[in-house]
Amino acid sequence: MKPKRRRLYLLLAGLGGLGVATALVLKAFNDNLVFFYSPTDLKTKTIPPERRMRLGGLVETGSVTREGATIRFRITDGANAVPVVYTGILPDLFREGQGVVTEGALATDGAFRAASVLAKHDENYMPREVADALKAAGQWKGASAKP
Amino acid sequence: MSPLSEFLAMGGYALFVWPAMAMVAVVLGGLLFESLRQLRSAEADLAAVEDRARNGSRR
Amino acid sequence: MIDLATFANPARFSRIAGRVFPWAVGATAVLMAAGLYFALFASPPDYQQGESVRIMYVHVPAAWMALSSYTLLAVASAVALVWRHLLADVVARAMAPIGACFTFLCLVTGSLWGKPMWGTFWVWDARLTSVLVLFFLYLGYLALQNAFDDPARGLRASAILALVGFVNVPIIKFSVDWWNTLHQPASIKLGGPAIDASMLVPLILMTLAFEAYFVTVLLLRMRTELVRGKLRSARLRAAEADEYLPNIGKPA
Repeated sequence: MKPKRRRLYLLLAGLGGLGVATALVLKAFNDNLVFFYSPTDLKTKTIPPERRMRLGGLVETGSVTREGATIRFRITDGANAVPVVYTGILPDLFREGQGVVTEGALATDGAFRAASVLAKHDENYMPREVADALKAAGQWKGASAKP
Repeated sequence: MSPLSEFLAMGGYALFVWPAMAMVAVVLGGLLFESLRQLRSAEADLAAVEDRARNGSRR
Repeated sequence: MIDLATFANPARFSRIAGRVFPWAVGATAVLMAAGLYFALFASPPDYQQGESVRIMYVHVPAAWMALSSYTLLAVASAVALVWRHLLADVVARAMAPIGACFTFLCLVTGSLWGKPMWGTFWVWDARLTSVLVLFFLYLGYLALQNAFDDPARGLRASAILALVGFVNVPIIKFSVDWWNTLHQPASIKLGGPAIDASMLVPLILMTLAFEAYFVTVLLLRMRTELVRGKLRSARLRAAEADEYLPNIGKPA
């Protein structure tokens, strides 16, 4: 075999092996690569209370109540919802129907005590007038139901 | 608010929009400047070596 | 080490590069001006993000450049390793700092957008972490190049690093689809962008401006690499002439 050929095959074999190895590693660590759990995960995965974790989903419409600096709302993924209690500053994108990721722990009373709340943005970009026109025409798909 | 100060305020996001733009200007400008400087210095070095080689051969 | 056929290519490259360069400079200036005009003045605020959406017009193009530069770096490294093509080494060497700069800009501008919108400068989600890894790959590539006394060995070692690191590129691209992340999924994809036309214009103009800038600086840096190559061989010749070195000291 010519050395050029040999080097090419060697390189392709090396890259192929590397690709397979990476895919296997990613598969093995799949659970740890998840940034947040959904309310349904919380129900099905039996996560012990007081364990620090992230919970993500949509802020349930009409669930936000404020008492001073403390905010209570529910995070939903459509199937299940978890009540959340949080005291602190909210990001600008936080609003009802919008995706959020909270970090904290599940208290024994079943409520999620959040130490921080991050807003999740969706992939849609448009001016206010276009958003209003879409809503008026009934073409609005909502804040991208995927949390 | 005047149109200029309104523009500079960026709807309250001035503290984030302008540093972002400044970073782009500084990094891209800096890289261009540094690349030009490296080319000039490499060309000057080459000219010096070639010059010395020509003078040396006459010697 | 280098035969006449490979010398022919850099010479032809220099001729073509000389002709392309002024156009690249002009295109960069025009596209940057037009892109910034649309990004900062002639586009509406977003219905959710308000004026902070303007950061997107430099963040997203920088991210695209970071990824496409790395892809090009990996291709050039493969060509350099397999075919030992001189220009491939030159391209890879010249390109790495530009890619590193774009990756840095992507991280910094993203962080400046994340603070007001998400509520944090940084999170360790799959997308952000994999882009940070990309930045370190660029830095590692640059460091490894100069870690050897023999430049040829440095190039080979860094080319292998560039190829190994390429697995990170699809991970970055698909991280937002494979795992749930704080970072939003791609807005521009097959099946039509999820971006209004009035906001697509500045995004595309800034992307083209960054591409033109990339070509401009790449040509500059490639020329520098070629001049440095000439400088190295001129110094060798000068040393031989000065000291009447016998021919065995010559690189064959």
